[in-house]
Amino acid sequence: MLLNIKNLHVSIDGKEIIKGLNLGVNSGEVHAIMGPNGTGKSTLAAAITGRDGYEITEGEIWFKGKNIVELSAEERANEGIFLSFQYPVEIPGVSMTNFMRTAVNARREYHKQPPMPAGEFLKMMEEKKNLVEIHAKLTNRSVNEGFSGGEKKKNEIFQMAMLEPTLAILDETDSGLDIDALKVVAKGVNQLRSKDNAFVIITHYQRLLDHITPDFVHVLYDGKIVKTGGKNLALELEERGYEWIKDHQLA
Amino acid sequence: MSNYETQQLQALDELLINQFEEKKHLVTAYDIPKVTALREKHFKDFLTTGFPDSSHEKWRFSEIDGMLEQQYVHALEPQKTEKNVEELFRCEVHNFNTEIISLLNGWFHDSESGLHTTTDGIIVGSFRAGMKAYPALFEKYYGELAHSENNSFVSINTALVQDGVFIYVPDGVKASKTLQIIKLIDRNENNFVQNRNLIILGRNSHLSLMHCDDSINHFTSLVNTVTEIFVAENANFELYKLQNLNDQSGLVNSTFIKQEANSNIKTNTLTFNCGMIRNNIEVALDGKGAHADVLGLYLMDKQQHVDNQIRILHNQPHCTSNELFKGILDDEATAVFNGYIYVARDAQKTNAYQNNNNILLKPTATIDTMPFLEIYADDVKCSHGATIGQLDMEAMFYLRSRGISAANARLLLMYAFAADIIDNISIEPLRIRIDDMVKKRLRGELSVCEKCVLHCGSPEKEYNFEIDMSKL
Repeated sequence: MLLNIKNLHVSIDGKEIIKGLNLGVNSGEVHAIMGPNGTGKSTLAAAITGRDGYEITEGEIWFKGKNIVELSAEERANEGIFLSFQYPVEIPGVSMTNFMRTAVNARREYHKQPPMPAGEFLKMMEEKKNLVEIHAKLTNRSVNEGFSGGEKKKNEIFQMAMLEPTLAILDETDSGLDIDALKVVAKGVNQLRSKDNAFVIITHYQRLLDHITPDFVHVLYDGKIVKTGGKNLALELEERGYEWIKDHQLA
Repeated sequence: MSNYETQQLQALDELLINQFEEKKHLVTAYDIPKVTALREKHFKDFLTTGFPDSSHEKWRFSEIDGMLEQQYVHALEPQKTEKNVEELFRCEVHNFNTEIISLLNGWFHDSESGLHTTTDGIIVGSFRAGMKAYPALFEKYYGELAHSENNSFVSINTALVQDGVFIYVPDGVKASKTLQIIKLIDRNENNFVQNRNLIILGRNSHLSLMHCDDSINHFTSLVNTVTEIFVAENANFELYKLQNLNDQSGLVNSTFIKQEANSNIKTNTLTFNCGMIRNNIEVALDGKGAHADVLGLYLMDKQQHVDNQIRILHNQPHCTSNELFKGILDDEATAVFNGYIYVARDAQKTNAYQNNNNILLKPTATIDTMPFLEIYADDVKCSHGATIGQLDMEAMFYLRSRGISAANARLLLMYAFAADIIDNISIEPLRIRIDDMVKKRLRGELSVCEKCVLHCGSPEKEYNFEIDMSKL
């Protein structure tokens, strides 16, 4: 199993948000995690990627046979975990080229490989830009600075393509996207899908799943996965609303 | 040597007062009457005020007291050196062809005559030689800008100064090369050094000047420099000040600039290292349509201190000024920014902008930032802002989530913060070099004890691709 989360409890400032969550993801699979606002979807993403301030009070996160709970954010990234941010951060003064080159070479260093030659790197940038239909010259642009909402999300997928993760977590990638940008993002993700990698797609709505077909759909409610099904579960949720789950839970 | 031993028994102010009274023949040896008259006047002022201390409002946050408590020697004549001075001053900046003006321990170090004309037609020389060859220019300009209000360092400088740099750019002359003043302090004693620079730009002329203050050993020095710069109509002047002295040393730099109509100036004060720095910069916009960019970057750590006192005087209408100072402070470093903008009653259509941004890397670092606007005209646009913050934690996580180590993410963000000051350096080879120096400084690798500031002991790199941040 690529990712195996066992009985995960996560607290922020002493308040428990994830309350005993179990999730198993195999290579080649796409999992969607759906649920109403405030049930812990983004907290789960933060806990897997090692964000500071998210305290794992109990449980384990196994990735490629390693419990990664004690690893730093950068170590987890270099092990092959990628997070596409719900709100990508603007970093004025850091150019996209330098950012990506630093990241690509950090990963290579982690795996005891020599830095990528400049020519090869630039070629790779051009290739991956086309994948997500980024036409602008990124070289001299600061990371996400002045990017539109759609461009920011495309840029996340671009970075994912550059870093070639084995597990990609897409946190609300569809939020703030118009339908054209959504299609581009979905197309990029579909092209990157392979039998060796896996995707966890966190979303509130069905619409991204129209374009990226999940193998499993999980419903997260009050810090736990309360229902798991196939892709039709997403359609059912869209139709019946989350109230259905809430009622189901209370019953 | 025995002379220095007796000097060392005295406090600095006592030493200087005695020198003025007892060795006046040495001090005034090269003077024209105006210079001598100003010495007398400023000496009297200094006798009344003495050196400033932290009870003085404008020196409240400065750390000058500690510098003044130490004992120094102050030479009234240049000393012989056994070192190969040519080698010391050799500038190795890649693709950066400058005309070098060297001062060793405060004394002009150049040709016998101390004065020459560059191929572009710029007259460059020592303060002394300039005074002798161009008495009319000194009569007209010397001492006309520098004033000692709130700054008695100007008084003691005017009273006792003997050497420095004289630059005269005649009307219409455009310098093709950057002039570079390299001032090295290299004496195995605590050394008090004074310099006086007089820079005159004629109409439609152009000059870019780099002013490097360096120490090459670990002895304490206190350098007190006063620079007067006159920029005539339509002239264009750029000044890059590089400050890289050792942790014991102090630097008091007072720069006065007067601009005539439609002139443009840019000053960029880059502070990399020094125990205590006080930069007084005063720009008088004295002609319609003049523009001033006054920029600065300070990167301080340990117990270093930098104090930037900037005064922009909008004396005439339709002038614009843009002031931006950025600083990163680590450890127990302290900094002061005092930005004063004055808009005279008739200076309508003034557009003045001021900003000071700071990052404190540790809770023990301190910044005191004080904007101060005094506006007497009613049709003006003046804005100011000051920020103090830490590194953006969201951005930190973003970088780390891409596999970049916490240490490198910090460096990237600090570098990014400094970038808009560096990007303003219009001389390409210099910009690349400063960029490299900033990275080295942020990594803690910048040396202060090897030759001039721009050597920093590293071999030149090829820059055929973008700067390789992965090595940060």
